[in-house]
Amino acid sequence: MPQSQRPLFLARRSYRRRRMMDAARLLPVFGALALMLPILWRAPGAAGGRSTATGTVYVFVVWALLIGLAFVLARRLRPAIGDEADPPEPAGPTLRGD
Amino acid sequence: MVPFNLLVAACLAYVCLLFVVAFWADGAARRGQVRWLRSPLVYTLSLSIYCTAWTFYGAVGYAARSGLEFATIYLGPTLVLIGWWWLLRKLVRIGRMQRVTSIADLISSRFGKSNLLGVIVTAICVVAATPYIALQLQSVTLSFNVFAGPLPTGWGLPDRGATVLWVAGGLALFTILFGTRNLDANERHEGIVTAIALEAVVKLVALVAVGVFTVWGVAGGVADILDRIADSPIADWQMAPGRWTGLMFLAGAAVLTLPRMFQVMVVENSDERHLATASWAFPLYLLLMSLFVVPIAVVGLAVLPAGSNPDLFVLTLPLAQQQGALAMLAFLGGFSSATSMVIVEAIALATMVSNHVVLPLWLRLRRRQQQEAGQGMVVTGDLRGLVLLSRRLSIAGVLALGYAYYSVSGGSGALAAIGLISFVGVAQILPAMLGGLFWRGATRAGAAAGLVAGFAVWLYALFLPSFGSGNLMPEALMQAGPWGIAWLRPQALFGLEGLDPLLHAAFWSLALNAGLFCAVSLVTFPAPMERLQGLAFVNVFEQAGPARGWTRGGAEAEDLLAMAQGVIGAEEAQDFFQAQAAAQGKAGFLPDTTPDFFAALERRLAGSVGAATAHAMIAQFAAGAAVSVQDLMAVASEAQQILEYSTQLEAKSEELARTARALSEANDKLRALSVQKDAFLSQISHELRTPMTSIRAFSEILMEGGLEPPDLARYAGIIHDEAIRLTRLLDDLLDLSVLENGRVRLSVRPANLHDLIDRALRAAGSTRADRSFTIHRDAAAEHMPVFTDADRLVQVFINVISNARKYCDAARPELTIRTRRRDSRIEVDFIDNGSGIPAAAQALIFEKFARLTDQTRAGGAGLGLAICREIMENLGGAITYLPGQGGAAFRVSLPARPVVPPSRGAEADAGAAPA
Repeated sequence: MPQSQRPLFLARRSYRRRRMMDAARLLPVFGALALMLPILWRAPGAAGGRSTATGTVYVFVVWALLIGLAFVLARRLRPAIGDEADPPEPAGPTLRGD
Repeated sequence: MVPFNLLVAACLAYVCLLFVVAFWADGAARRGQVRWLRSPLVYTLSLSIYCTAWTFYGAVGYAARSGLEFATIYLGPTLVLIGWWWLLRKLVRIGRMQRVTSIADLISSRFGKSNLLGVIVTAICVVAATPYIALQLQSVTLSFNVFAGPLPTGWGLPDRGATVLWVAGGLALFTILFGTRNLDANERHEGIVTAIALEAVVKLVALVAVGVFTVWGVAGGVADILDRIADSPIADWQMAPGRWTGLMFLAGAAVLTLPRMFQVMVVENSDERHLATASWAFPLYLLLMSLFVVPIAVVGLAVLPAGSNPDLFVLTLPLAQQQGALAMLAFLGGFSSATSMVIVEAIALATMVSNHVVLPLWLRLRRRQQQEAGQGMVVTGDLRGLVLLSRRLSIAGVLALGYAYYSVSGGSGALAAIGLISFVGVAQILPAMLGGLFWRGATRAGAAAGLVAGFAVWLYALFLPSFGSGNLMPEALMQAGPWGIAWLRPQALFGLEGLDPLLHAAFWSLALNAGLFCAVSLVTFPAPMERLQGLAFVNVFEQAGPARGWTRGGAEAEDLLAMAQGVIGAEEAQDFFQAQAAAQGKAGFLPDTTPDFFAALERRLAGSVGAATAHAMIAQFAAGAAVSVQDLMAVASEAQQILEYSTQLEAKSEELARTARALSEANDKLRALSVQKDAFLSQISHELRTPMTSIRAFSEILMEGGLEPPDLARYAGIIHDEAIRLTRLLDDLLDLSVLENGRVRLSVRPANLHDLIDRALRAAGSTRADRSFTIHRDAAAEHMPVFTDADRLVQVFINVISNARKYCDAARPELTIRTRRRDSRIEVDFIDNGSGIPAAAQALIFEKFARLTDQTRAGGAGLGLAICREIMENLGGAITYLPGQGGAAFRVSLPARPVVPPSRGAEADAGAAPA
């Protein structure tokens, strides 16, 4: 007798969704690593050291990249919350486009 | 230069606008037009109260002093938000399920609805928020002073203290007016949230406008800015890895544990899906807020006279460039940042204070009074007035504390430094929060120990010293430690010297906090309520509803209604009771006081007064009904029993299915046999009748006489032949009957298999002698001794071979005979090259009168194979059909050694179905 009611294998759609959840869990880890990278850089004065301007650009580019990835994941995962969340108020037509 | 009067007028106009917006939103919410108000956009914008005046003014100052480090304050929250699936989703779900009213309520509810924890967290939040609120007051005051200029204009320069007082008073008024209209924190403050969203837009627009003006108005575009950054003092900034990592962590913790962030993120959340939008939109907001910070700082350092306060560059830079309108916008942005933060923070703190301090005290007081008065039942009066009053006073108190901090600390120090003190303070809640969310073993004692230790270290090592050396902490204590104990120096605990004071305090407080939390949790045993709540929190996604905290009801529903009316209002309480009664299938206002009803009522009350207070109130009525360890065990063993029972059921049903399958097979067989029996009877009648008819006909002819001798002889011959055929048929039947009954006498003796097959081939040659068969044999293999009844075996062989001769439909018929010895058995296969026997018929060919083709063609009675099977069984062997040989194939197998034939009688007694 199986221990739980959850199926062992999933259809393609649910499988994709599960992997999206994994990606959403991993994203902050990668984000943290990318944002920790500057502490390994050499000081601006030292040979091969990066300037504050470069550092600023780097941090903001990583930041924008994380936002973009989060946007993609959020769009993919929104239906997954919809499945389990309470249904919205029934009255009135939907104004939201998404 | 903007006249000061105009500035004040603008401020008042702006506040009026907020009033109007908040009023309108409250009204719209009351009319049910909440869809727009509860959109993901408004939710995301409301989260932006994370960006306070500290961000608006302080970030630029921070960048001017410490370069890129300011970004950590926004990168931490970014990481937390993009990791929403992991943590925030769970937090929001728990907030909705448990009707959490504040972060103190969350912690208290998780650890068995303990009011002690509620009080501790409330204390931490209030103390930690004080410098933060002071910071807002300070920044608004500073910005006023910028405009006030060195000379009094208009109705005179109000002195600094008076400005702060006015600002604090005004904010308190606004907060009280809008924050304490609804009692149920879960009913959400639509008005406030919408106003906050508007303020979020204002501050973003203002900061971006100043940034755009700086980059393209003062400097010469992006490339020029990058050059200027390289030339500015900021370029010399050296990253401190400890601060970079530590501040990012602290900011990430703060976005979870700051009371106002918890308020907008969890309490005011109306739909979990909004989190998905906020997960990228809020980081985007933070990015936009931070984008122009470094440019403004760099240009400000270059353009403005040396010694200017970098915290005010956002204001002074446009002013210096004679951009009065832009400066005004920037001022309103800063004002927005400060007001929105103070409003929500004050609401959140007031909810905590009233739910975790005032109400429990009042309940205790009432109980004592009633005990003294000798009243048995606890009757609670109208609590709403009390709750609202306590919240209003709390809001005023919180702002007063902020004002006091501002006055005592002298309003000095950089904005960023003050804000970070708060961050470390609220971060103390993080271990208990994360532990409570993910670890069922976290206990109340552990959480209390960790919180108290962390709070104490934070007070000692960071908060008190922040007032300045010699203010609250004597100089000697700072330098030499209490009583001269060097390793207790506030900024060098345990001899850890030379560290940044902030990191030092954060490290020791959080390390002690988390360490004690884990250690004490490991060695203590949680109360039943804690375990119930722990399960409900940690497994929030797995269970359908919150666990029950009550084992029996029994109180009078009327008393409960009276109490509930006092807490959530008469109309609401009556609606709730009516709905609950309807759910139980009862009419009227008084449902049965079942444990489920108790749990529902408690959750409803918790939405107003917090879990701990609600639990205590219900406990008055259901004394002794709270869940116990035995109940938990009973529930667990009940679940275990159900599991076992269902396992048994499953096994039984499998067994039943097996039996049913066997029965159904037996039934099919029986039905087939019944058909066969009918067929047998009709066949036997038919077989007997055919020769009988010809015998009768010819004997009648003979009786008439007058026949020639040759005809006579011929007719007599026919009668004789038919009689012989009848006899043979009857012999066969008799034979079969004898074989089936196991009464056959066998004469077992050794014989050569090759000779037996020769005999059989010769004998079967007469069957359809016109057909010439090619016979394939392996003579060498056939020479093996068999111990059996040779005549009977040959009878089987003859039958099989003549069947092949009769039925093989190939144009050039062939018969292959293979013999081999396998283990203790001898197998003889007869394989022809015809079309074989269809699979459906294979099971039936060994039955009596089973004939597959037309009878006339076959010319036999259909008993042959049935007899063969019986013979082989009597010989201890078997005859089986061998499918898949490219034609009809039969395998005769018999034991190599003589065996005692099985007792057929015994087998028949056992009732075994014939195979």
